[in-house]
Amino acid sequence: MAEQVLEVEGLSVDIPVTGGMLHPVQEVSLTVARGETLAIVGESGCGKSLTSLSLMGLLPSRAERRARRLSLLGEELAGKSERAMSDIRGNRMSMIFQEPMTSLNPAYTIGDQLAEPLERHTRLSRREVRERAVEMLERVGITAAASRLGQYPHQLSGGLRQRVMIAMALICNPDLLIADEPTTALDVTIQAQILHLMAELQREFHAGMILITHDLGVVARVADRVAVMYAGQIVETGTAAQIYGAPSHPYTRGLLSCIPIPGRSRPGEHLGAIPGVVPSLIGRMEGCHFADRCALVEPRCRKGDIALRDGSGSGHRYRCVLDPETPATQEAPA
Amino acid sequence: MLAYLLRRLGVAVLVALTVSLITFSMIYLSGDPAVALAGESATEEDIESIRRYYGYDRPILVQYLDWLGRALTGDFGQSHYLKAPVAEVIFERLPTTMLLGACALTFALVLSIPLGVLAAIRPNSLIDRLALTIAVIGQAMPSFWFALTMVLWFGITWRLLPITGSDSWANFVMPSIALGYYVTPAVMRLTRAGMLDVLATDYIRTARAKGLRPHTVLFKHALRNAIIPVVSLAAVQFGFMLGGSIVIETIFAINGLGYLAWESIQRADLPMMQAIVLVLSVFYILLTFLADMLNAWLDPRLRTA
Repeated sequence: MAEQVLEVEGLSVDIPVTGGMLHPVQEVSLTVARGETLAIVGESGCGKSLTSLSLMGLLPSRAERRARRLSLLGEELAGKSERAMSDIRGNRMSMIFQEPMTSLNPAYTIGDQLAEPLERHTRLSRREVRERAVEMLERVGITAAASRLGQYPHQLSGGLRQRVMIAMALICNPDLLIADEPTTALDVTIQAQILHLMAELQREFHAGMILITHDLGVVARVADRVAVMYAGQIVETGTAAQIYGAPSHPYTRGLLSCIPIPGRSRPGEHLGAIPGVVPSLIGRMEGCHFADRCALVEPRCRKGDIALRDGSGSGHRYRCVLDPETPATQEAPA
Repeated sequence: MLAYLLRRLGVAVLVALTVSLITFSMIYLSGDPAVALAGESATEEDIESIRRYYGYDRPILVQYLDWLGRALTGDFGQSHYLKAPVAEVIFERLPTTMLLGACALTFALVLSIPLGVLAAIRPNSLIDRLALTIAVIGQAMPSFWFALTMVLWFGITWRLLPITGSDSWANFVMPSIALGYYVTPAVMRLTRAGMLDVLATDYIRTARAKGLRPHTVLFKHALRNAIIPVVSLAAVQFGFMLGGSIVIETIFAINGLGYLAWESIQRADLPMMQAIVLVLSVFYILLTFLADMLNAWLDPRLRTA
C-alpha cells in the first residue's frame, strides 16, 4: 500500500452563529495516499469546502476546528501554530479554488504571484525563481510562458487563470493538493482540459489529491476513491467502482439517479430529484441526517448516532442501518 | 498608458476652461463691478468712465476671452485695491497655503489610513470603536469651531502654541490639525470599508493559501487594492481643504491665499478674486489628475485595459 499523505480522524468544525452552534463538519475521517485522488462529493452546504479549508488551516477566525488526528506524512498538524501552518501552506500542501476569475490579485503580474510561494518557502535565487515559474507555466500548457510573466490577471481568460492557479499550487512540489471545485466556473470544453491536466500533473508530481466537487461526472473520470458528504457527515465512502457500481446509501443512490446517463436517459424523460431540503446544522442532531428526505426511512433511523459500517469488509463503508440490498434505487418522483 | 494619460490630461484642460468661464461669469452676477469700484459718492458719469476705463462696458464673452488670453500669459491684471499686479501678489502668498495644505493632508493621511486599516483588521474591537468615534466627531464638528476651541485651549489657556501669524513651524500646527481633521473621517471610513471588502476577496484567501506572512497579505495584497478609491477621495478632499483654508487662514491670520481671498472679497477686488478662484481650481484639477495617474500605477486594469 502506498504511503499515506494525509490521515484525518474525527475532524469537526464548529461555528458560533446567532441562534446556536453550527456544526458544518462532523467527525469526518479520511485518508489520501500518494498518487491517489480522493473525491469529496456533495451538494452545496454539505461541508465539503469547509472540510478542505480546515485541513489548510484557513477557516474563518471564529470557527473552531477539532480533530483526533490530522497528519501530513505522519506529522501532526492539529496543534500547530498559525506561523507553523503558514510554513506548510503553499509548500507541502496547497489548494486550488473554484473562482479563477477572482482568485488572482488584479494588482500584480502573473510572474510576481507565481514567484511568491517560491520566495516564501525556498531559498532559490531570483533567476532560479523565474526559470521555475516559466517551467511551471509551460508545464500547465501555457504557451509563450516567459512573456506571460509580465501580464496581469485581467489579460487572461478564465481557463488560463485556472492553469496559472494550478501552476502556483504545484510550484513548490506539494505532497497534497486540494482542489475545491476547480472546474465549476469554467466552460464545459475547458473543464475537460483542466481535469485532464490535473490528473496528469498529479501522476507526474506524485502527490495526493483531494478533489471537491458536486459533479459526479467529474468524479467518475478522475477519482480513485470517493467520499460522499451529506449535512456535515461522510455518508458513504469507497472506491469509485464501489460507489458507482453498488451505491449503498439512499442519498448516494439519489445523487446518481440525478445525472443523465448517455444511452439510458431519453430526451424529455424526468431525471431523478431528491425531495426536501438539507437540514439545518445548528445544534445537535439525532439519528440519520438524511432521514427526512429518505424514501426508505424507518423508526430506527431516527435514534442515536448512525455509524459508518463496512458492509462487505472491502473498505466500502456507508452510514445507513438498512442493508444495501433492500429494495433497489429510490424511484424518481413523478 | 500614454493614451490614458493624454485622455485624462485633455479632460483636465477642458474642466479648467469650464471652471474659469463659470467663475468669471458668476462674479459678474454678484453686482456691477463699476458701481462697487466707484464708491458711494460717485456720480453717474464717474461710474461710466470707470466702466469704460476697465472695459466693463464690453460684452461679457469678449471680456472673458480678453481676460483668458492674458491669464494664459500669466497676466491677471492689476489689483484694484493693492495697486499691484495680481499675479505677483498671488505667487507671494501661494507657498504659505501650499505648505499649510501639505501639512494638513499629511496629518490627515497619517491619522486616517493606519486607523482605517487597524479598524478593518479587527472589526468591532476597541480600536474600531475609537476610529469610529474620531470619525463621527470629525464629521459633526465644523472646522472653524474646532479651530477656535484649539486656540482657546492650546493658545490662550495653556499658551503652548502661537495663535496668529505664519512665521515659524509652530504657527502651522493648529491650522494643519484643524484643516486636516476635517478630511480625516471620510478617508478613514473609506480605508476601513475598502480593507474589509478586500480582506474578504478570493485573492486574499489565495495569498494565505500560499503561506504568505500576515504582513505580506495585509500590505502587499490587501492595502494596494483597498487604497485605490482612497487616492481619488483624498484628491477631492484636498480640494475641499483648499476651500476650507479660506476659513482657517482667516482664523489664524495666516498670510496665504485663503486669507487673501477673504480680504479681496471684502474689498470687492474683482481681478484678484477671479485669479484666486482660477488658481485654486487649477490646483484642484491638477490634484485629481495626479490621483488618476497614481491610480493607473496602482491598478493595472486602468492602464492596460
